[in-house]
Amino acid sequence: MAGTIIRRLVHMIAVLFGISVLVFLIFFATPGANPAARIAGKNASPQTVARVERQFGLNRPLPVQYALMMKKIFITRNLTSYVNLGEKVVPQVFKAAPVTLSLVAGAAIIWIVVAIVIGAVAAAFRNSWIDRLLMVLSLIGISMPVFWVGTMANLFTQGIWHHTWLFSWVPPLGYVDFSKSPVLWFKSLLIPWITLAILYIGLYARVLRAALIETMQEDFIRTARAKGLSERQVLLRHALRCSLVSVVTLFGLDFGVLVGGGALLTEVVFGLQGVGYLTYQALETLDLPMIMATVIYASVFVVVSNAVVDILYAAFDPRMRLRR
Amino acid sequence: MSHLLEITDLAVSFRTSHGLIRAVDGVSFSIAEREILGIVGESGSGKSLTVLAILDLIGDPNAAITGSIRFRGTELIGQKPETLRRLRGGAIAMIFQDPMTALTPVFTIGAQISEQIRIHTDLSRHAAQARAVELLDAVGLPDPHRAAVRYPQELSGGQRQRAVIAMALSCNPALLLADEPTTALDVTVQAQILELIRKLRDDFNSAVILITHNLGVVAETADRVAVMYSGRIVETAETAALFADPHHPYTWGLLGSMPALDGIRRPRLTTIPGLPPALDRRPQGCAFSPRCGFVRPECLPAPPALTGTAHQAACVLAGHERAAARNQVLAA
Repeated sequence: MAGTIIRRLVHMIAVLFGISVLVFLIFFATPGANPAARIAGKNASPQTVARVERQFGLNRPLPVQYALMMKKIFITRNLTSYVNLGEKVVPQVFKAAPVTLSLVAGAAIIWIVVAIVIGAVAAAFRNSWIDRLLMVLSLIGISMPVFWVGTMANLFTQGIWHHTWLFSWVPPLGYVDFSKSPVLWFKSLLIPWITLAILYIGLYARVLRAALIETMQEDFIRTARAKGLSERQVLLRHALRCSLVSVVTLFGLDFGVLVGGGALLTEVVFGLQGVGYLTYQALETLDLPMIMATVIYASVFVVVSNAVVDILYAAFDPRMRLRR
Repeated sequence: MSHLLEITDLAVSFRTSHGLIRAVDGVSFSIAEREILGIVGESGSGKSLTVLAILDLIGDPNAAITGSIRFRGTELIGQKPETLRRLRGGAIAMIFQDPMTALTPVFTIGAQISEQIRIHTDLSRHAAQARAVELLDAVGLPDPHRAAVRYPQELSGGQRQRAVIAMALSCNPALLLADEPTTALDVTVQAQILELIRKLRDDFNSAVILITHNLGVVAETADRVAVMYSGRIVETAETAALFADPHHPYTWGLLGSMPALDGIRRPRLTTIPGLPPALDRRPQGCAFSPRCGFVRPECLPAPPALTGTAHQAACVLAGHERAAARNQVLAA
């Protein structure tokens, strides 16, 4: 197991290196992407552009530029924005990360629990009206765009029903740090959590239902029935455990992507200054250092959550442990 | 004498878009305590469905089971699911054909056996696990303590089948249903597993219904044999009587297609011409008639009934015609 984890870590570092090089090349070395000209502004004279190049080190060879940027991100952590001159990039990412993490982790707990319940119930009553109802609801959940759901949620909880007993507890939009007030943190995030979770509940419930129904055709399910297990025990003990692998796969990818900034729409709608928001702003202004920092931060999360998934696989399904 | 299990006129039908298909059609047999009954037939003859029907394990929502299945005097057809559930794995246990897929891949062997023990008894987790190890030892798995903490895919096919048998035996079943328990195994392992099943009767006092398509397996193991063809029993007798004096032309065909390991070796093996009829296109009369070399006009309107007392056959051939006809098949 230790060997596997070390191999996985080396693998992760290699992937991160690859991503950082790729992103760096896209923004600094693709033809037409001249960062110095952008910083210098519109209609800048060639002298100004040349000065900017010198000042920002953009006239150096690309490998040196890359190495300097990585050094500034990881070691000295004093990489500054090209847009808001003097503003340090890394602390901004670290300020935004807890917001996104709080949002995504809470939503993930909700969607995993609810999706497993819905998927299992639908599979247990497959082809009945309960199954059909749940699957139609799931499909509706998948189809509703998150920004619309978020806006509607705000309309009701912040607007027209805010003064009724139902939603009077909802605090104004924005993030409250956990260390400041756990209760307020929870209250401020509950609606965003649910909003973000709806799509994934629908998706995961459908995937789990399909996996469960497929597993229920296996020979070992008949053995489990022949042992005298009740239908519920067969489903929850034998089939669910084997079907969770498909959900874990999805979860690893989705979680990584969301923590890495994929929850942008939710963050914008609820005024949460998270990583998605930060990336969005950086892209709008083509703030290259900020883009580098957020992309690397995001890829760390995607890669780490994939590694966690691989380890979870082994925990759920011993067949995976024997591989290699 | 009261039977352990008595099946009367059992039929298993499937509702399909082409109408009702009777996969098992009017099967009746009984089995006494500690008896080993072999059910022989080719694929699709309904032998597996017959035993699956006993515990209502067919699992197809379109299947309908009719007739009567009495276990220790209690009717099982139409019984409450809860009552059937308590029988399953308890008084009636089942061994399936393919040990590679019959065990849940995510639980250890020991956990799967003790799970069954804990359903049917109130042993503690620890005691059930200890009993699982005992059972693994009893079925001849080497190093049962280690085997108990292994996952199914870490064992070989023969070892897994032993584990499956250990699981089936865990609650001392009065009746063991073995659905082709050796088909998926190597020949050498087959012999060991059959030996084990024979021993069960002595060690665990279980009666066994052994399904197979292999007459050799039956000859070695069973006390009594039922030959099935196209959903019906065509011949049933004590094993020795069946092999000494087979009555039904289909049984002759089965025997003729099997190489003799001792005695006179026939120059070539005979085959039964043709294929079994599709279940929805079964002939009106004897289902074997299209493939039978001795077909008579009276075979065609309706299937012949099983006749005889100890040795029954569903064939119109009279006793005195039989020997000559049989020699044509078996001495060819």
